[in-house]
Amino acid sequence: MNWNVLFDFSPLVDEFDKILGAFWSTIRLSLMTGVLALILGTILAGMRVSPTPVLRAAGTFYVNTLRNTPLTLVLLFCSLALSDTLGLKLSNVSTVNFYWLAVFGLSAYTAAFVCEALRSGINTVPVGQAEAARAIGLTFTQSLRMVVLPQAFRAVIAPLGSITIAMMKNTTVVLVASYLEAAALMKDMFEEYGATLPIFLGFAAGFMILTLPTGFLFGWAAKRWAVAR
Amino acid sequence: MIGSVPVQGLPGGQHDVKFQLMTDSGKVASDTPSGGGPLVVLEKVNKYFGDLHVLQDIDLTVHRGEVVVVIGPSGGGKSTLCRSINRLEPIDDGKILVDGEALPAEGKQLARHRADVGMVFQSFNLFAHKTILQNVTLGPIKVRKVAKSTADKEALELLERVGIANQAEKYPAQLSGGQQQRAAIARALAMRPKVMLFDEPTSALDPEMVKEVLDVMTSLAGEGMTMIVVTHEMGFARRAANKVIFMADGQIVEENTPDEFFTNPRTDRAKDFLSKILTH
Repeated sequence: MNWNVLFDFSPLVDEFDKILGAFWSTIRLSLMTGVLALILGTILAGMRVSPTPVLRAAGTFYVNTLRNTPLTLVLLFCSLALSDTLGLKLSNVSTVNFYWLAVFGLSAYTAAFVCEALRSGINTVPVGQAEAARAIGLTFTQSLRMVVLPQAFRAVIAPLGSITIAMMKNTTVVLVASYLEAAALMKDMFEEYGATLPIFLGFAAGFMILTLPTGFLFGWAAKRWAVAR
Repeated sequence: MIGSVPVQGLPGGQHDVKFQLMTDSGKVASDTPSGGGPLVVLEKVNKYFGDLHVLQDIDLTVHRGEVVVVIGPSGGGKSTLCRSINRLEPIDDGKILVDGEALPAEGKQLARHRADVGMVFQSFNLFAHKTILQNVTLGPIKVRKVAKSTADKEALELLERVGIANQAEKYPAQLSGGQQQRAAIARALAMRPKVMLFDEPTSALDPEMVKEVLDVMTSLAGEGMTMIVVTHEMGFARRAANKVIFMADGQIVEENTPDEFFTNPRTDRAKDFLSKILTH
């Protein structure tokens, strides 16, 4: 057995710039996905509690479909079906095109989880407050936006943190959608240097450097913005 | 006298009504309310909760400036009646008119209607994530499109009036129940409603806080606000009401003046109810 290779950290040093670049791709993917998933998830949650049956049904159908489909399938659908077969081109630059396809696939999937977290947050807001909002003449959308959702968000900051961390780790699956991020580079390095423990540890640490502070940040925010009742 | 705020919907459109706090403990509302015309009219209103017929052929007319107190045993339909007037409970049959207009079914028009009908709840229902001041100004700013500076100024006047101006920057959870309920009354008044609905406003309060809320309501009644009040406070009914409605089992059993109702009730059902609550 070649113990030297197994404990050789030099590939991490040699390829440091590349690794930083790959994690930067992961960050860009996570940030854009986080923003889009939050927006889409909020709209979906609004649909699922709306008084209009058609909107409720559409929201429920979306959530049940996306939440119960493996992420790999969603991303393959984006890259193979949308891009290769249907010829959807979001940019002439291939990497940009695949970036957006990966973002859309990942956002569409994550939004279903955001929606369900938010919906449980909506349930923590006493129904009387929504009634009071309607009683002063706010419309359904106004009372959702100004009274119910602000409190619902604060109630679910912690679960949204878990969803965010899961989403950041899920970016590794976009490997299948032809976008190069940290996991893709790790796979390349495994092929070049052999699948060694140091490379694996290096990348695992890289993800923890991203996810641990995220967790702390959400935990702090959950306490900071808790609604006193 | 503490402030003056224009009140909408009184005869002659918008004009100033001077607000005063009550100093004497005498009867507040005049026996023949000024203005006079019908403001809230219910015709043959029916409502079911499943098999339960909670409102049975309810006919009721509330005139401008009138204070109507609704009393009766629990489960008799009092709250449902109150909530149906701004359609927090949709009715199954019949007609409800406010200021001559039928209640719109849904959407923007219903929202506009609700803006004209103030509502105070048993559990206050203040917006927990907003300060007291923001609670009061939200409606005027977002619904009435009043400028923030004007809304803030009027809200502070109202808070001053209900005696909690010094709590304006606090959050609801930091206030006592009585203070929260007075804030909720200010929030409803800020919309300059044509009529105020009170759904058991003192039932969730500790005994020592009931008076401060009733005092605010009594002074409102004295200023000519049209009020429909569901309550168990018989003292308030005697002092401030023009009319007492006794409801039981989904029906209006008796409609009477407070003096007549408490001293000489016409129906056995009312006699029975009064004997239970007045003798303990």
